[in-house]
Amino acid sequence: MELLYAACVGVLVSCGVFLILRSRTFPVVLGLTMLSYAVNLFLFSSGRLSLNSAAVLGYSKDYADPLPQAFVLTAIVIGFAMTAFVVILAIRGRADLGNDHVNGQVPDNKVKGKV
Amino acid sequence: MIEHLTSLPVLLPMLAGVLLLMPPCGKNKSIRRIASVVFSAITFLFSVALLLKVQADGTQVYAIGDWSAPFGIVLVADPLSTLLVCLTTLLSVVCVLYASAGDDEKGSFFHPLVHFLILGVNGAFLTGDAFNLFVFFEVLLIASYALLMHGGDKKNTRAALQYVIMNLVGSAVFLIALGVLYGVLGTLNMADMAQKVTLLQGDDVYLAKIGGLLLLVVFALKGALLPLHLWLPNTYATAMPIVAALFAIMTKVGVYSMMRVYTLIFGDEAGELSHMAQNWLWWLALATIAMGAIGVLASQDLRKLVANLVIVSVGTLVALVAVQTVEASSAAIYYLVHSTLVTAALFILADLIARQRGKVADRITAGTPVSQPMLLGACFIIASVAVIGMPPLSGFIAKVWLLKETLDAEYAMVFWPLYLLASLAVLVGVSKAGSTVFWNHQGKATESARQERVHPAQLVALLILISGAPLMSVFAGQLSEYAIDAATQLHDFEGNINVILIGEQ
Repeated sequence: MELLYAACVGVLVSCGVFLILRSRTFPVVLGLTMLSYAVNLFLFSSGRLSLNSAAVLGYSKDYADPLPQAFVLTAIVIGFAMTAFVVILAIRGRADLGNDHVNGQVPDNKVKGKV
Repeated sequence: MIEHLTSLPVLLPMLAGVLLLMPPCGKNKSIRRIASVVFSAITFLFSVALLLKVQADGTQVYAIGDWSAPFGIVLVADPLSTLLVCLTTLLSVVCVLYASAGDDEKGSFFHPLVHFLILGVNGAFLTGDAFNLFVFFEVLLIASYALLMHGGDKKNTRAALQYVIMNLVGSAVFLIALGVLYGVLGTLNMADMAQKVTLLQGDDVYLAKIGGLLLLVVFALKGALLPLHLWLPNTYATAMPIVAALFAIMTKVGVYSMMRVYTLIFGDEAGELSHMAQNWLWWLALATIAMGAIGVLASQDLRKLVANLVIVSVGTLVALVAVQTVEASSAAIYYLVHSTLVTAALFILADLIARQRGKVADRITAGTPVSQPMLLGACFIIASVAVIGMPPLSGFIAKVWLLKETLDAEYAMVFWPLYLLASLAVLVGVSKAGSTVFWNHQGKATESARQERVHPAQLVALLILISGAPLMSVFAGQLSEYAIDAATQLHDFEGNINVILIGEQ
């Protein structure tokens, strides 16, 4: 399970970082979302992964650390708000600047050869 | 009431922000303005009350919901955090007052947003819990995103987009760092973390190091340390000047967090991990000072110039944090207060000058003269003397103090020449800007620009900030004593742990 979990976080982070480094806002927003998913998974695992253990004492033989679960909840709520904000901002940027590049202008394609 | 005093600098701005959204404040412009100024003044007064209490009775620890540390979240009001809370609330009074002259109507919800920003900043200063620090960072960031867009144009949207994306990545890194540290230490209460770090063994040491250095990345981003400073000049120069003046405190939140984390948690007692960020901080700080100084010389308009001055001040502060002695930290605390007040004053001045110069605005070129040269000129002289660090104002005292504390051979060899050259660059840059703006006239002022006068509210706000520099030098004795006291407590490992975890003074 650990390997699968770690691979999952790793793939999400690398996809997120790749997308964040793109030049248009839509992939960047997607990348930020993926990164925040990865971060949530990672935070969750900081309390150690365990099966069949309740977060409340006395309900099972082992118990899971409830604190990372609280962290993840907080992080999800904050991440949701931030994503909503950045989506709106990206739309406004598209409207104000006339294109969806993070730098506000389309680079000169003749020099670069391709988009 | 009195036992809840510690929580008031966090609760009052939240209450104020909510009340300002509701009628009658939400509907009526003038009621909203008066209410906002009154609320921020009340918060400031309670912060001062907290400061006096901390001075009289020592560090105050407030367990939220009466859950004692390390299980619950605590607010810790020690001399350093209380001083910064007072500084923040003072800045908010000034900002709200200045904006009431008309800037607040350029967009929606200016006043509630300012109060929410103050809630976040005060919370970040007072909290004793690392995850709570993250939450307050997010509170202040989301308020700052909205304030940044306030009354903005196209250039502003671009800068805001970049600022938001940078900070969202920063938040992700912050969470990863907290996850690593929690996984290793099993706690996120800062005092408890400091205690647990000393007990680490084997591979856990390296994991904790990774976590600690990831935190450094986050704080460097918030504090605008090289190479993560590139967002700052654009952001501050395109934001409304009064918002930029308020943001003067935000880079200091990053520096303050560095002070806490790298003196308390990874300080003298941390064994293998002690002072692990010192080398990074030191060299990056020096590079930041150099970049800021070059930026000051290259700036085309006043607001960019002040934004680069902010970068120089961040570099200086971080260099002092990196020295990690009580003496250097006390100099840093004095410098922090001085630089926040003076850069905020300069942002406001840049705005007033831009209004009176009409089309040329705040660009550093020959243009139409300002309509109140005596007032603005005098204020500009005071602020620039302070920011350059010439006698007799607070900048000079701060400069002499911090040079003295870095006299140690190892530091002085690099720091002195660089810092003095940077000061020279600031001197050249600011005097060139001042003489061009005030003396180099070209063309006739339009009627509307000639009619432009400083609004009384703006004048009061400006004078409060400008008077900071002479007052800080008149009361330098008391202030430096306070700074030394604050720094001593910051570095007192045993004392911090006793007060926060065990609850004895």
